[in-house]
Amino acid sequence: MLADVLAPLAQGRRSDTAAEVTCAHCGLPVLGGERTDGPQFCCNGCASVFAILRESGLEQYYTRREELGAEKRAASASGKHYDELDQPEFERLFCRRGEDGHLATELFLENVHCGACVWLVEKVSTVLAGVTETRLDLSRSVVRVSWDPAKVKLSRIARFLDSLGYPGHPLQGLDKEAIRRREDRRLLIKMGIAGACAGNAMLFAVTLYCGAFSGMEESYVDLFRWGSVLVALPSILWCATLFYRGAFAAVRTFTPHMDLPISLGIVIGSVSGIVNTLHAQGEIFFDTITMLVFLLLVGRWLQQRQQRLADAAADHLQALAPSTARVVNDDGSVREVPVETVAFGALVEARAGEHIAVDGIVVEGNSSIDVSLLTGESVPVEVGPSALVHAGAVNLSAPIRIRVQKTGHETRLAQLVAAVAEAANRRAPMVILANRLSGYFVATVLTVAALTVVFTWHQGSSVAIGRAVALLVVTCPCALGLATPLAVSAAIGRAAHAGLMVKGGEFLEALARPGLIVFDKTGTLTQGKLSLVEFVGDVSVQPYIAAAESGSAHPIARALCAAMVTRGITAESMKETLGGGVTALVAGKKVVVGSLSHVEHDAVVPSELRTRGDELGARALTPVFIAVDGDVCAVAGIGDPVRPEARESLEKLRSLGHRVSILSGDQPAVVHAVAAQIGVAFVDVIGGATPEGKLAFIEEHAKRGAVFMVGDGVNDAAALSAATVGIAVRGGAEASLAAADVFATKSGLQPLVELFEGSRRTLRVIRGNLTRSLVYNLSVGALAATGFVGPLLAALLMPVSSIGVITASYRSRTFGARK
Amino acid sequence: MTILYVLIPLALLLGAGAVVAFVWAVDSGQLDDMDTPPLRMLGDEDKAPERVERGTKSAHPSP
Repeated sequence: MLADVLAPLAQGRRSDTAAEVTCAHCGLPVLGGERTDGPQFCCNGCASVFAILRESGLEQYYTRREELGAEKRAASASGKHYDELDQPEFERLFCRRGEDGHLATELFLENVHCGACVWLVEKVSTVLAGVTETRLDLSRSVVRVSWDPAKVKLSRIARFLDSLGYPGHPLQGLDKEAIRRREDRRLLIKMGIAGACAGNAMLFAVTLYCGAFSGMEESYVDLFRWGSVLVALPSILWCATLFYRGAFAAVRTFTPHMDLPISLGIVIGSVSGIVNTLHAQGEIFFDTITMLVFLLLVGRWLQQRQQRLADAAADHLQALAPSTARVVNDDGSVREVPVETVAFGALVEARAGEHIAVDGIVVEGNSSIDVSLLTGESVPVEVGPSALVHAGAVNLSAPIRIRVQKTGHETRLAQLVAAVAEAANRRAPMVILANRLSGYFVATVLTVAALTVVFTWHQGSSVAIGRAVALLVVTCPCALGLATPLAVSAAIGRAAHAGLMVKGGEFLEALARPGLIVFDKTGTLTQGKLSLVEFVGDVSVQPYIAAAESGSAHPIARALCAAMVTRGITAESMKETLGGGVTALVAGKKVVVGSLSHVEHDAVVPSELRTRGDELGARALTPVFIAVDGDVCAVAGIGDPVRPEARESLEKLRSLGHRVSILSGDQPAVVHAVAAQIGVAFVDVIGGATPEGKLAFIEEHAKRGAVFMVGDGVNDAAALSAATVGIAVRGGAEASLAAADVFATKSGLQPLVELFEGSRRTLRVIRGNLTRSLVYNLSVGALAATGFVGPLLAALLMPVSSIGVITASYRSRTFGARK
Repeated sequence: MTILYVLIPLALLLGAGAVVAFVWAVDSGQLDDMDTPPLRMLGDEDKAPERVERGTKSAHPSP
């Protein structure tokens, strides 16, 4: 993103400087040209990583990165101390102790993205003494560290990784991860065994087919039949149990599901095969059946693997939420500990700019806190002693001390998330188009096969059964069974590369159909951050404002500072009035910046500026008045600006046939002002909605058609899970990502457009696959039923449609098409 | 051709051995991560870290 912004700048400068100067670490242009001798850097972060790599003798990283052709990224170390990782509580909760006294744990690393990162992270064990192993799992961004606690501390290892630009976080939800891993392994074993069975059954089948042409002694035919039964049994009795269970569920709930006809096919085929083997006559179908089981399991496994990655990504993002709290001991000393170990009644400190990690009551300090995560309200709330604060809020201006009432799973934040996860689990599963279609298809094939036997029986039983077998073999619904899982898993994989985590194929199908898209305003349509939108009055006072506000952590102050330069002027003294503004002495002048009432204390506001302030207020901006030496000379409008691409993106979504609405917890005036600025014809614009109100709105509309809810706060989470598809946009509320069906790891509206367009392309691929395999199966099936295709030719033709489907799925550009 | 009565069970036994090996590999976690090992393979040479200036074409240093 930064590169996009900087690239035109660099091109503009190219004529000035002889050659473009690029950063030695990340390859971004260095603004201002060559500064010193030697390698050039775009920022201090890159410079320090380069220096560390050089000191540690790890410069091979750069050549490796070139060889792999990996994307270059700017380094960003967080500079944290990681002292909490050395606490005994951390060891008890997160570490395992090996027999040799070494400790092992897993950390989630930010920013790892390529093969060179793998190399670099794994080299840490050779650079730091006492580290026995660092192994990185790139797809999960998790590093497994084992170390000798006598020689090195975990905080030292984490600090080193951090200094390389990979901040680490303790992994949350280890139990869930273990269960997931067990399930994955089980499915993989089933797939492998089904594959072995299918391969061997195929060998026996080919032998039998050949024997049928060249003549084989009956005793050997018998041997091969029994051999087929033997190798097919594990596949039928164990590997395929998954489908039987699905079939039972389908029968119980009266929903059409592909598992039902698949199970029927497997059971009928197996029983008749075994009966024929016992009678030593007729065909056995074990090659077809085992191959069907194997290919279907391959499809399931591929799909599950992609969905797991999305699930794991959501869990890991939760690891980014604050996992430590600063506990104040009785003697007044402050200690950072894992939040799990904070007890009821303890005293916890939250500094300005930090997340509050517990639910509790403020006992000391006055501050303003940002509760947008919990309520969706974008304006900070003032808190003081005896005020109740909740985990997930961000402390903005001054340190406060909180008496702990609830921690961990008992906090309001955790309960909101849990309630949402429960609601999502209760929701009825969607039935995929392909499942319905394949179900009917397989039922039709079985009927036609039975009819073929009945109608050709007069030509002799062997002819009749031969034709039926050819029909079953040639129309083996492998391609049909694979059509959706393959297309979906390929699409989910591509989407993940484009920054969109999709948790299931059914959501892609739902997103491809037109529906109502409901936006939460904060953070999705707007930047989600206050900034200066308009400045009316004397521009020359701006350096004074910046200097006066530079000491304040209030969001309005930060917005003003970001938009103005101090030009070297500093404030001599500064006093902040909570909920009012600041009064400062800057270069000998008294500067007052704040609300109308705050400024009116020592200056008279001219009526002209007062009306301009009212106008700004009417546009849902917060007016901030500025007085210098008792003379009110300017008014600034602070607000949450609309994203520049909002209008274009929404028009694109509308052109895809979707309707759009805004549903926000913000003040109605603010919401309407935003809607007016975007200027797109919205179906509904609703402000001041409570979480319950949002839920009711979504449920009401979901009765009438597909509703896609786009939100970013935990307050949206209930609505997210009630919608047909809940889409979360990353931006602070990591916890809500677990509740969403789809989430975008990049902010902004562009990923959303990509999501809807990509889903549509994916559905097109699925439809293409289904059509192709249906046409193929029906035409060849007709030939088989009429006797033009024998069993052997049928077995040879069978893979053709499967290969067609596989190629179509992997070659199609569903997501990230414009790259 | 009566040898088939011995050879086929023997072949099946060998196949079963391979299946057992596969199950062991999965259970010991060797197939949990399918993406990183192919990249790790490229980085596992035992050569001393060397100083490489960026931009020079020493991407494939001679041993």
